[in-house]
Amino acid sequence: MNRRILRRAFSNLMVGLMIGAVIVALLPLIFILLNLVLKGAGSLSLDFFTRTPAPAGETGGGVGHAIVGTLIIVGIASLIGLPIGIGAGIYCAEYPASRLTWVTRFVADVLNGTPSIVVGVFAWAWIVATQKHFSAMAGSAALAMLMIPMVLRTTEEMIKLVPNSLREAALALGYPRWRTSLGIVVRTTLPGIVTGSLLAVARVAGETAPLLFTALGSQYLSYNVNQPMAALPLTVFTYATGPYEEWHQYAWASALVLIIVVFALSLGARLAIGRRFDLNG
Amino acid sequence: MTALTERDVAREAPAPDQPSLERSSYSDQVFKGLLTLAALVIPVLLSFLVFELWEGARLAIAKFGLDFVTTSVWDPVAEQFGAFPLIFGTLISSLIALVIAVPLSLGVAIYLTEFAPKVIRQPVAFLISLLAAIPSVVYGLWGIFVLIPILRKSVFPLLRDVFGFLPLFQGPIYGPSMLAAGIILAIMVMPFVMSVSREVLTAVPNTQREASLALGATRWEAVITTVVPYARSGIMGAVILGLGRALGETMAVTMLIGNRHEIAASLFAPGYTMAAAIANEFTEAVGDMHLSALAYVAFLLFVVTVLVNAGARLLIWRVARGSGVGSKAL
Repeated sequence: MNRRILRRAFSNLMVGLMIGAVIVALLPLIFILLNLVLKGAGSLSLDFFTRTPAPAGETGGGVGHAIVGTLIIVGIASLIGLPIGIGAGIYCAEYPASRLTWVTRFVADVLNGTPSIVVGVFAWAWIVATQKHFSAMAGSAALAMLMIPMVLRTTEEMIKLVPNSLREAALALGYPRWRTSLGIVVRTTLPGIVTGSLLAVARVAGETAPLLFTALGSQYLSYNVNQPMAALPLTVFTYATGPYEEWHQYAWASALVLIIVVFALSLGARLAIGRRFDLNG
Repeated sequence: MTALTERDVAREAPAPDQPSLERSSYSDQVFKGLLTLAALVIPVLLSFLVFELWEGARLAIAKFGLDFVTTSVWDPVAEQFGAFPLIFGTLISSLIALVIAVPLSLGVAIYLTEFAPKVIRQPVAFLISLLAAIPSVVYGLWGIFVLIPILRKSVFPLLRDVFGFLPLFQGPIYGPSMLAAGIILAIMVMPFVMSVSREVLTAVPNTQREASLALGATRWEAVITTVVPYARSGIMGAVILGLGRALGETMAVTMLIGNRHEIAASLFAPGYTMAAAIANEFTEAVGDMHLSALAYVAFLLFVVTVLVNAGARLLIWRVARGSGVGSKAL
């Protein structure tokens, strides 16, 4: 009798500890978001979004150049990475018996686990070292390479959810295979593919390491993809590790902008998909 | 309705002079060709990556060979390089991260799959997954200006007072340190370990739980004697996946670890990791040998993470065979 009460009490104690773990796990999130808003929101102004940095020692200025840079770099990365990732994802899902599918899937998992800094070194060796100058294009290539395996995996998982009967029905009606794939299979999973793509964009938008020695960063507004270009994550890094109090202010504000962009993209991704698929487990 | 179908059929009907089978098989081939091209890009890219890293590291590999892994000199001027402190720092910071993150994330994962009321499962999992969406550099920023001051003022002195008899917690307190980097890594790795172990635990068949409860186990006993052992290898996989993440994490660690090519017994002392060294020194590398040594470090880091991730995958597959569990977190 006594033993049973003890066991029951121990069970409850463990549940209590686990609830404690949940609280401890959520603390950093609340803490980080709170700090970002408290320390960053004050520096946000129209100037902050539109102007470029003031010369050292002067006040004022903004991070307009970095916002433009991030848009360009991530935009080009998406143009390269999304079609390849989605195409390869369709291939892996539509031709599951092919040997290439097995190889591609395996390699995608390897690339997915590769640290982004290693991909940065690769982009440096491949593009920067051969062209002998830093460029936004090299940064985009590195980011695209990070996107491809992510997009591939979500696309493939989504397409696998399409019942085979749908395919068979389309083929039985005389649709050629390519129209079955694009018009029926891909179209049914389009929300899922969009979600996967947006999540990938969100993830690379915050990447800093692959840009360190490709896009390099810059103090000026630039639209030339063959030149170094600023990006928001690089700006956060430079300003956070810099010596001036005002820079730190800008680092917080830039980080706030960055996190708003990243969260908006991931929330948008979740909205695009609705409740039909559970992507986050 | 009928009219529409007929019109569709009419539009689809092949022109009389064109045999329909050939036409569709031609466009099918183009379609498949394009997809194959996309799928081929990925293995080609990887082999290219391995080749470029190897090419970049060749100078250093030729000069230092495997001694690179065991020696500790890092002198760009004398062109002597040894990566032992970097490897040591990478391992120790990741280890600290796991020691903190694994119990926490397992606690959360078990609570969410086994005990939590249905209403809060999804929201809590979502909130924790938001942690995974925060960019590394933002963790670094927060670490520099919020976490480190807290650690330096209250946590580190407390640790030194209580555990000061251990060499791990002795010596001067700077702030940027191995322990600070380990703590930030723990926060960053936790959502991954949590979500993968949650997926693995969900994959445990309900009959296992029911059988255990029917034998008179309390709910906790059912979990710890039945559910967790069933999912054991998958949970190991989740932990190793977290390790893979921690090993390659760059920005936050660079900003918090202090960046010194030294090995110290104390966790309060600054250190360095492989990823952080590449991030800091690559653009400022003076000579070819320095660059090559850093490429060598990148190559080693790549090999280690590939091995770690492959191991994690195998373990997860043993519980949730063939499914995509964990591939999103990889």
